[in-house]
Amino acid sequence: MNKNSNSYIFIYASVMVVLVAVILTSANLALKPLQDKNKENEKMINLLSSIGIDADASNASELYSKHLKKEVIINENGEELSTYANGELTGSKRAFGVNLKTALYNASKGEVAMPLFVMDNDGETFYVIPLFGKGLWGPIYGNISIESDKNTVAAVNFGHDSETPGLGAEIILPAFTDEFKNKQIFKDGEFKSVSVVKGGVDMQTKVAEENGVDAISGSTLTCDGVTNMLHDCMINYVKYLKQEDK
Amino acid sequence: MAEEKEPMFSPKNIKLLTNPINVDNPITKQVLGICSALAVTVKLEPAIVMSLSVLVVLSFGNVIISFMRNGIPSRIRIIVQLVVIAALVILVDQVLKAYAYNVSKQLSVFVGLIITNCIIMGRFEAFAMTNKPWPSFLDGLGNAFGYAWILVAVAFFRELFGTGSLMGLQIIPDSFYEIGYVNNGLVLLPPMALFAVATIIWVQRSRNKDLVED
Repeated sequence: MNKNSNSYIFIYASVMVVLVAVILTSANLALKPLQDKNKENEKMINLLSSIGIDADASNASELYSKHLKKEVIINENGEELSTYANGELTGSKRAFGVNLKTALYNASKGEVAMPLFVMDNDGETFYVIPLFGKGLWGPIYGNISIESDKNTVAAVNFGHDSETPGLGAEIILPAFTDEFKNKQIFKDGEFKSVSVVKGGVDMQTKVAEENGVDAISGSTLTCDGVTNMLHDCMINYVKYLKQEDK
Repeated sequence: MAEEKEPMFSPKNIKLLTNPINVDNPITKQVLGICSALAVTVKLEPAIVMSLSVLVVLSFGNVIISFMRNGIPSRIRIIVQLVVIAALVILVDQVLKAYAYNVSKQLSVFVGLIITNCIIMGRFEAFAMTNKPWPSFLDGLGNAFGYAWILVAVAFFRELFGTGSLMGLQIIPDSFYEIGYVNNGLVLLPPMALFAVATIIWVQRSRNKDLVED
Protein backbone atom coordinates (compact mmCIF):
# COMPACT_ATOMS: atom_id res chain seq x y z
CA MET A 1 0.00 0.00 0.00
CA ASN A 2 1.31 3.42 -0.94
CA LYS A 3 1.60 5.40 2.26
CA ASN A 4 2.11 8.65 0.42
CA SER A 5 -0.99 8.48 -1.73
CA ASN A 6 -3.52 11.20 -1.11
CA SER A 7 -6.32 8.80 -0.21
CA TYR A 8 -4.17 7.03 2.40
CA ILE A 9 -3.23 10.37 3.98
CA PHE A 10 -6.85 11.51 4.04
CA ILE A 11 -8.10 8.28 5.56
CA TYR A 12 -5.25 8.16 8.07
CA ALA A 13 -5.82 11.74 9.17
CA SER A 14 -9.59 11.34 9.46
CA VAL A 15 -9.39 8.12 11.44
CA MET A 16 -6.77 9.57 13.75
CA VAL A 17 -8.73 12.76 14.41
CA VAL A 18 -11.95 10.85 15.09
CA LEU A 19 -10.12 8.48 17.45
CA VAL A 20 -8.49 11.32 19.36
CA ALA A 21 -11.81 13.14 19.58
CA VAL A 22 -13.51 10.04 20.98
CA ILE A 23 -10.74 9.49 23.54
CA LEU A 24 -10.76 13.10 24.72
CA THR A 25 -14.54 13.33 24.84
CA SER A 26 -14.90 10.16 26.86
CA ALA A 27 -12.11 11.25 29.22
CA ASN A 28 -13.89 14.56 29.69
CA LEU A 29 -17.28 12.93 30.26
CA ALA A 30 -15.85 10.40 32.67
CA LEU A 31 -13.94 12.96 34.71
CA LYS A 32 -16.54 15.75 34.60
CA PRO A 33 -18.34 14.84 37.85
CA LEU A 34 -15.04 14.80 39.76
CA GLN A 35 -13.95 18.09 38.22
CA ASP A 36 -17.26 19.75 39.04
CA LYS A 37 -17.01 18.47 42.58
CA ASN A 38 -13.54 20.02 42.86
CA LYS A 39 -14.83 23.35 41.60
CA GLU A 40 -17.72 23.25 44.07
CA ASN A 41 -15.35 22.39 46.89
CA GLU A 42 -13.08 25.25 45.90
CA LYS A 43 -16.01 27.67 45.96
CA MET A 44 -16.98 26.47 49.43
CA ILE A 45 -13.37 26.65 50.66
CA ASN A 46 -13.12 30.24 49.42
CA LEU A 47 -16.42 31.22 51.04
CA LEU A 48 -15.31 29.65 54.30
CA SER A 49 -11.89 31.25 54.23
CA SER A 50 -13.50 34.67 53.84
CA ILE A 51 -15.08 34.24 57.27
CA GLY A 52 -11.83 32.95 58.72
CA ILE A 53 -12.33 29.20 58.57
CA ASP A 54 -9.71 26.95 57.01
CA ALA A 55 -11.20 24.05 55.15
CA ASP A 56 -9.89 21.50 52.68
CA ALA A 57 -11.54 19.36 50.07
CA SER A 58 -12.36 16.59 52.55
CA ASN A 59 -14.45 18.66 54.98
CA ALA A 60 -15.55 21.61 52.82
CA SER A 61 -19.17 20.64 52.29
CA GLU A 62 -19.66 19.62 55.92
CA LEU A 63 -18.20 22.87 57.29
CA TYR A 64 -20.07 24.87 54.68
CA SER A 65 -23.48 23.58 55.70
CA LYS A 66 -22.51 24.06 59.35
CA HIS A 67 -21.56 27.72 58.95
CA LEU A 68 -24.12 28.73 56.38
CA LYS A 69 -27.09 30.68 57.72
CA LYS A 70 -28.72 31.25 54.38
CA GLU A 71 -28.04 31.76 50.71
CA VAL A 72 -30.13 34.50 49.14
CA ILE A 73 -30.60 35.99 45.72
CA ILE A 74 -31.49 39.67 45.87
CA ASN A 75 -33.00 42.07 43.34
CA GLU A 76 -32.29 45.75 42.70
CA ASN A 77 -34.45 46.87 45.65
CA GLY A 78 -32.60 44.62 48.05
CA GLU A 79 -35.50 42.17 48.30
CA GLU A 80 -34.85 38.47 48.55
CA LEU A 81 -35.90 36.67 45.40
CA SER A 82 -35.04 33.28 46.77
CA THR A 83 -33.70 31.93 50.00
CA TYR A 84 -31.95 28.68 50.81
CA ALA A 85 -31.58 27.84 54.46
CA ASN A 86 -31.31 24.61 56.44
CA GLY A 87 -31.54 22.59 53.25
CA GLU A 88 -34.83 24.18 52.22
CA LEU A 89 -35.23 26.32 49.16
CA THR A 90 -37.80 29.11 48.88
CA GLY A 91 -37.87 30.63 45.41
CA SER A 92 -36.52 29.40 42.14
CA LYS A 93 -32.83 28.67 42.61
CA ARG A 94 -29.91 28.47 45.03
CA ALA A 95 -27.47 31.35 45.20
CA PHE A 96 -24.65 28.80 45.17
CA GLY A 97 -25.54 27.78 41.63
CA VAL A 98 -25.63 31.32 40.22
CA ASN A 99 -23.10 32.07 37.52
CA LEU A 100 -21.70 35.37 38.72
CA LYS A 101 -20.46 36.48 35.33
CA THR A 102 -23.94 36.13 33.83
CA ALA A 103 -25.56 37.68 36.89
CA LEU A 104 -23.31 40.76 36.64
CA TYR A 105 -24.03 41.09 32.94
CA ASN A 106 -27.78 40.90 33.58
CA ALA A 107 -27.43 43.37 36.44
CA SER A 108 -25.79 45.87 34.09
CA LYS A 109 -28.85 45.46 31.85
CA GLY A 110 -31.14 46.17 34.78
CA GLU A 111 -32.15 42.62 35.73
CA VAL A 112 -30.56 42.33 39.13
CA ALA A 113 -30.44 38.88 40.71
CA MET A 114 -27.28 38.74 42.74
CA PRO A 115 -26.17 35.94 45.07
CA LEU A 116 -25.32 36.66 48.70
CA PHE A 117 -24.17 34.28 51.41
CA VAL A 118 -25.05 34.93 55.01
CA MET A 119 -22.65 32.93 57.14
CA ASP A 120 -21.97 32.49 60.77
CA ASN A 121 -18.82 31.90 62.76
CA ASP A 122 -18.92 31.62 66.54
CA GLY A 123 -22.23 33.47 66.75
CA GLU A 124 -21.07 36.34 64.57
CA THR A 125 -22.87 36.99 61.31
CA PHE A 126 -20.99 37.69 58.10
CA TYR A 127 -22.37 38.80 54.76
CA VAL A 128 -20.23 37.26 52.04
CA ILE A 129 -20.42 38.88 48.61
CA PRO A 130 -18.88 36.97 45.70
CA LEU A 131 -16.76 39.05 43.32
CA PHE A 132 -15.92 38.75 39.66
CA GLY A 133 -14.12 41.22 37.42
CA LYS A 134 -11.44 41.93 34.87
CA GLY A 135 -7.75 41.89 35.72
CA LEU A 136 -4.99 42.82 33.30
CA TRP A 137 -4.74 39.54 31.39
CA GLY A 138 -7.85 37.65 32.40
CA PRO A 139 -10.61 37.27 34.94
CA ILE A 140 -10.11 37.95 38.64
CA TYR A 141 -12.54 36.79 41.29
CA GLY A 142 -12.95 36.41 45.00
CA ASN A 143 -15.15 36.99 48.02
CA ILE A 144 -15.53 39.86 50.45
CA SER A 145 -17.11 39.30 53.83
CA ILE A 146 -18.78 42.16 55.69
CA GLU A 147 -19.29 42.11 59.43
CA SER A 148 -22.70 42.25 61.06
CA ASP A 149 -22.64 46.08 61.11
CA LYS A 150 -22.89 45.76 57.29
CA ASN A 151 -20.08 48.24 56.85
CA THR A 152 -16.79 46.87 58.11
CA VAL A 153 -14.83 44.45 55.95
CA ALA A 154 -13.98 41.27 57.84
CA ALA A 155 -11.83 39.66 55.16
CA VAL A 156 -11.32 39.30 51.43
CA ASN A 157 -9.82 36.66 49.25
CA PHE A 158 -8.94 36.90 45.60
CA GLY A 159 -8.07 34.56 42.81
CA HIS A 160 -6.93 35.05 39.25
CA ASP A 161 -6.32 33.03 36.13
CA SER A 162 -3.34 34.67 34.49
CA GLU A 163 -2.12 37.85 36.18
CA THR A 164 1.60 38.61 35.90
CA PRO A 165 3.59 36.39 38.30
CA GLY A 166 5.41 38.50 40.88
CA LEU A 167 3.31 41.59 40.15
CA GLY A 168 -0.44 41.34 39.58
CA ALA A 169 -0.51 37.77 40.83
CA GLU A 170 0.45 39.06 44.29
CA ILE A 171 -3.18 40.11 44.90
CA ILE A 172 -3.89 36.65 46.26
CA LEU A 173 -1.23 36.92 48.98
CA PRO A 174 -2.07 37.75 52.61
CA ALA A 175 0.25 40.80 52.44
CA PHE A 176 -2.32 42.39 50.16
CA THR A 177 -5.61 40.87 51.32
CA ASP A 178 -4.89 41.58 55.00
CA GLU A 179 -4.90 45.30 54.19
CA PHE A 180 -8.65 45.12 53.59
CA LYS A 181 -9.47 44.05 57.12
CA ASN A 182 -11.42 46.69 59.08
CA LYS A 183 -11.85 48.93 56.05
CA GLN A 184 -15.33 50.33 55.52
CA ILE A 185 -17.52 50.27 52.46
CA PHE A 186 -19.76 53.19 53.51
CA LYS A 187 -18.80 56.70 54.57
CA ASP A 188 -21.49 58.84 56.20
CA GLY A 189 -24.14 56.51 54.87
CA GLU A 190 -22.91 56.80 51.30
CA PHE A 191 -21.55 53.79 49.39
CA LYS A 192 -17.82 54.24 48.74
CA SER A 193 -16.61 50.69 48.17
CA VAL A 194 -12.96 49.95 48.97
CA SER A 195 -10.48 51.37 46.48
CA VAL A 196 -6.95 50.25 45.80
CA VAL A 197 -4.89 53.44 45.53
CA LYS A 198 -1.37 54.26 44.43
CA GLY A 199 1.23 55.86 46.64
CA GLY A 200 -0.13 55.15 50.11
CA VAL A 201 -3.71 55.64 51.20
CA ASP A 202 -2.80 58.14 53.92
CA MET A 203 -1.40 60.47 51.25
CA GLN A 204 -4.71 60.64 49.38
CA THR A 205 -7.28 63.39 49.43
CA LYS A 206 -9.80 61.68 47.16
CA VAL A 207 -10.16 58.45 49.08
CA ALA A 208 -10.64 58.42 52.83
CA GLU A 209 -8.25 56.20 54.74
CA GLU A 210 -10.99 53.83 55.86
CA ASN A 211 -12.16 53.34 52.24
CA GLY A 212 -8.84 52.57 50.61
CA VAL A 213 -5.86 50.22 50.65
CA ASP A 214 -2.35 50.54 49.21
CA ALA A 215 -1.76 49.20 45.73
CA ILE A 216 1.03 46.81 44.75
CA SER A 217 3.90 48.54 42.95
CA GLY A 218 4.14 47.61 39.30
CA SER A 219 0.66 46.16 39.05
CA THR A 220 -1.50 49.23 38.59
CA LEU A 221 -3.80 47.66 36.03
CA THR A 222 -4.54 44.57 38.10
CA CYS A 223 -5.13 46.79 41.15
CA ASP A 224 -7.47 49.02 39.15
CA GLY A 225 -9.27 45.82 38.15
CA VAL A 226 -9.65 44.93 41.85
CA THR A 227 -11.05 48.40 42.60
CA ASN A 228 -13.56 48.17 39.77
CA MET A 229 -14.52 44.62 40.67
CA LEU A 230 -15.21 45.56 44.31
CA HIS A 231 -17.27 48.58 43.31
CA ASP A 232 -19.23 46.96 40.49
CA CYS A 233 -20.12 43.87 42.48
CA MET A 234 -20.91 45.48 45.82
CA ILE A 235 -23.02 48.30 44.38
CA ASN A 236 -25.75 45.75 43.68
CA TYR A 237 -26.01 45.00 47.38
CA VAL A 238 -26.12 48.59 48.71
CA LYS A 239 -29.90 48.66 49.13
CA TYR A 240 -29.94 45.27 50.80
CA LEU A 241 -27.20 46.22 53.25
CA LYS A 242 -28.78 49.60 54.05
CA GLN A 243 -32.27 48.20 54.38
CA GLU A 244 -31.30 45.73 57.05
CA ASP A 245 -29.85 48.63 59.03
CA LYS A 246 -33.31 49.97 59.79
CA MET B 1 9.65 -6.38 20.24
CA ALA B 2 12.99 -5.37 21.62
CA GLU B 3 12.69 -7.57 24.68
CA GLU B 4 12.74 -10.78 22.64
CA LYS B 5 16.12 -10.14 21.08
CA GLU B 6 18.00 -8.29 23.78
CA PRO B 7 17.58 -7.89 27.56
CA MET B 8 15.37 -4.99 28.62
CA PHE B 9 18.26 -3.20 30.25
CA SER B 10 21.04 -4.01 27.83
CA PRO B 11 24.02 -1.62 27.88
CA LYS B 12 22.64 0.03 24.76
CA ASN B 13 19.30 0.67 26.41
CA ILE B 14 20.90 1.94 29.60
CA LYS B 15 22.80 4.43 27.47
CA LEU B 16 19.49 5.73 26.11
CA LEU B 17 18.53 6.53 29.64
CA THR B 18 21.80 8.01 30.89
CA ASN B 19 23.22 9.81 27.85
CA PRO B 20 20.59 12.57 27.76
CA ILE B 21 21.26 13.31 31.42
CA ASN B 22 24.84 14.33 30.70
CA VAL B 23 26.63 14.15 27.35
CA ASP B 24 23.52 14.32 25.17
CA ASN B 25 21.45 16.62 27.38
CA PRO B 26 18.44 18.05 25.54
CA ILE B 27 19.04 21.57 26.82
CA THR B 28 22.81 21.91 27.04
CA LYS B 29 23.83 19.70 24.09
CA GLN B 30 20.84 19.51 21.77
CA VAL B 31 19.82 23.09 22.72
CA LEU B 32 16.11 22.25 22.71
CA GLY B 33 13.47 23.45 25.12
CA ILE B 34 15.35 26.65 25.95
CA CYS B 35 12.14 28.71 25.82
CA SER B 36 10.45 26.85 28.63
CA ALA B 37 13.72 26.79 30.58
CA LEU B 38 13.50 30.58 30.66
CA ALA B 39 9.81 30.78 31.42
CA VAL B 40 9.25 28.42 34.32
CA THR B 41 12.50 28.64 36.29
CA VAL B 42 11.77 31.75 38.37
CA LYS B 43 10.59 29.50 41.17
CA LEU B 44 11.40 25.89 42.02
CA GLU B 45 7.85 24.62 42.34
CA PRO B 46 6.57 25.35 38.81
CA ALA B 47 9.88 24.03 37.46
CA ILE B 48 9.27 20.69 39.17
CA VAL B 49 5.62 20.53 38.07
CA MET B 50 6.67 21.35 34.51
CA SER B 51 9.38 18.67 34.60
CA LEU B 52 6.93 16.02 35.76
CA SER B 53 4.39 16.91 33.10
CA VAL B 54 7.04 16.82 30.40
CA LEU B 55 8.18 13.45 31.76
CA VAL B 56 4.71 11.97 31.36
CA VAL B 57 4.00 13.50 27.96
CA LEU B 58 7.43 12.72 26.51
CA SER B 59 7.72 9.10 27.63
CA PHE B 60 4.17 8.10 26.70
CA GLY B 61 4.22 10.17 23.51
CA ASN B 62 7.44 8.45 22.45
CA VAL B 63 5.83 5.04 22.99
CA ILE B 64 2.67 5.96 21.09
CA ILE B 65 4.57 7.44 18.14
CA SER B 66 6.83 4.39 18.13
CA PHE B 67 3.84 2.04 17.89
CA MET B 68 2.40 4.15 15.07
CA ARG B 69 5.70 4.70 13.26
CA ASN B 70 5.12 2.22 10.41
CA GLY B 71 1.71 3.61 9.54
CA ILE B 72 2.37 7.34 9.67
CA PRO B 73 2.43 8.88 6.19
CA SER B 74 5.69 10.85 6.09
CA ARG B 75 4.07 13.88 4.48
CA ILE B 76 1.84 14.58 7.47
CA ARG B 77 4.08 13.15 10.20
CA ILE B 78 4.58 16.51 11.96
CA ILE B 79 0.81 17.00 12.14
CA VAL B 80 0.36 13.48 13.50
CA GLN B 81 3.02 14.14 16.15
CA LEU B 82 1.36 17.41 17.09
CA VAL B 83 -2.03 15.73 17.50
CA VAL B 84 -0.49 13.07 19.74
CA ILE B 85 1.22 15.71 21.91
CA ALA B 86 -1.88 17.89 22.15
CA ALA B 87 -4.13 14.93 22.99
CA LEU B 88 -1.73 13.74 25.71
CA VAL B 89 -1.41 17.20 27.23
CA ILE B 90 -5.19 17.67 27.33
CA LEU B 91 -5.57 14.22 28.85
CA VAL B 92 -2.97 14.98 31.54
CA ASP B 93 -4.70 18.28 32.25
CA GLN B 94 -8.12 16.62 32.55
CA VAL B 95 -6.82 13.94 34.91
CA LEU B 96 -5.06 16.54 37.07
CA LYS B 97 -8.22 18.65 37.22
CA ALA B 98 -10.10 15.64 38.53
CA TYR B 99 -7.56 14.14 40.91
CA ALA B 100 -5.03 16.87 41.76
CA TYR B 101 -6.95 20.10 41.51
CA ASN B 102 -4.36 22.31 43.19
CA VAL B 103 -1.55 21.11 40.95
CA SER B 104 -3.70 21.65 37.89
CA LYS B 105 -4.33 25.24 38.87
CA GLN B 106 -0.58 25.87 38.90
CA LEU B 107 -0.08 23.94 35.72
CA SER B 108 -2.79 25.72 33.74
CA VAL B 109 -0.40 28.32 32.35
CA PHE B 110 2.15 25.74 31.30
CA VAL B 111 -0.12 23.45 29.31
CA GLY B 112 0.43 25.53 26.19
CA LEU B 113 4.15 25.52 26.88
CA ILE B 114 4.28 21.72 26.96
CA ILE B 115 2.60 21.48 23.56
CA THR B 116 5.17 23.83 22.08
CA ASN B 117 8.12 22.28 23.92
CA CYS B 118 10.54 21.49 21.12
CA ILE B 119 12.18 18.63 23.05
CA ILE B 120 9.03 16.55 22.67
CA MET B 121 8.71 16.98 18.94
CA GLY B 122 12.48 16.72 18.60
CA ARG B 123 12.53 13.29 20.26
CA PHE B 124 9.47 12.06 18.33
CA GLU B 125 11.09 13.03 15.07
CA ALA B 126 14.66 11.97 15.88
CA PHE B 127 14.05 8.82 17.86
CA ALA B 128 10.54 7.41 18.18
CA MET B 129 9.88 7.53 14.42
CA THR B 130 12.68 5.03 13.81
CA ASN B 131 12.87 2.95 16.99
CA LYS B 132 10.89 0.32 18.83
CA PRO B 133 8.55 1.21 21.70
CA TRP B 134 10.74 0.09 24.63
CA PRO B 135 13.90 1.99 23.61
CA SER B 136 11.65 4.93 22.77
CA PHE B 137 10.19 4.86 26.25
CA LEU B 138 13.70 4.85 27.77
CA ASP B 139 14.79 7.64 25.45
CA GLY B 140 11.76 9.67 26.54
CA LEU B 141 12.48 9.08 30.21
CA GLY B 142 16.17 9.91 29.79
CA ASN B 143 15.54 13.13 27.94
CA ALA B 144 12.84 14.17 30.39
CA PHE B 145 15.27 13.63 33.28
CA GLY B 146 17.98 15.51 31.43
CA TYR B 147 15.54 18.37 30.94
CA ALA B 148 14.32 18.18 34.52
CA TRP B 149 17.65 18.45 36.26
CA ILE B 150 18.69 21.51 34.27
CA LEU B 151 15.33 23.15 35.00
CA VAL B 152 15.54 22.36 38.71
CA ALA B 153 19.18 23.49 38.92
CA VAL B 154 18.45 26.81 37.21
CA ALA B 155 15.28 27.36 39.27
CA PHE B 156 17.19 26.56 42.46
CA PHE B 157 19.69 29.36 41.86
CA ARG B 158 17.13 31.81 40.56
CA GLU B 159 14.75 31.40 43.46
CA LEU B 160 17.52 31.32 46.06
CA PHE B 161 19.30 34.45 44.88
CA GLY B 162 16.27 36.22 43.46
CA THR B 163 13.86 35.91 46.36
CA GLY B 164 15.95 34.39 49.15
CA SER B 165 13.64 31.40 49.43
CA LEU B 166 13.16 27.84 48.13
CA MET B 167 9.75 26.31 47.39
CA GLY B 168 8.32 29.53 48.86
CA LEU B 169 10.07 29.06 52.23
CA GLN B 170 12.54 31.71 53.29
CA ILE B 171 16.10 30.32 53.33
CA ILE B 172 18.33 33.34 53.72
CA PRO B 173 17.90 34.45 57.36
CA ASP B 174 16.68 37.93 58.32
CA SER B 175 20.04 38.70 59.93
CA PHE B 176 21.66 38.68 56.46
CA TYR B 177 19.23 41.33 55.28
CA GLU B 178 19.90 43.40 58.38
CA ILE B 179 23.61 43.62 57.62
CA GLY B 180 22.86 44.80 54.10
CA TYR B 181 22.30 41.73 51.92
CA VAL B 182 19.92 42.44 49.06
CA ASN B 183 18.08 39.95 46.86
CA ASN B 184 19.29 40.12 43.28
CA GLY B 185 16.27 41.23 41.25
CA LEU B 186 18.16 40.69 38.00
CA VAL B 187 18.22 36.94 38.63
CA LEU B 188 14.43 36.89 38.33
CA LEU B 189 14.48 38.34 34.82
CA PRO B 190 14.52 35.94 31.83
CA PRO B 191 18.06 36.80 30.61
CA MET B 192 19.56 35.41 33.80
CA ALA B 193 18.15 31.99 32.95
CA LEU B 194 20.23 32.11 29.79
CA PHE B 195 23.33 33.02 31.80
CA ALA B 196 22.63 30.16 34.18
CA VAL B 197 22.13 27.67 31.34
CA ALA B 198 25.28 29.00 29.64
CA THR B 199 27.26 28.51 32.83
CA ILE B 200 26.11 24.90 33.04
CA ILE B 201 27.08 24.37 29.38
CA TRP B 202 30.48 25.97 30.04
CA VAL B 203 31.17 23.74 33.04
CA GLN B 204 29.99 20.66 31.14
CA ARG B 205 32.14 21.34 28.09
CA SER B 206 35.26 22.23 30.03
CA ARG B 207 35.01 18.88 31.79
CA ASN B 208 34.27 16.89 28.67
CA LYS B 209 36.29 18.05 25.65
CA ASP B 210 34.39 15.70 23.29
CA LEU B 211 31.40 18.04 23.48
CA VAL B 212 33.32 21.05 22.17
CA GLU B 213 32.49 21.80 18.56
CA ASP B 214 35.07 23.43 16.32
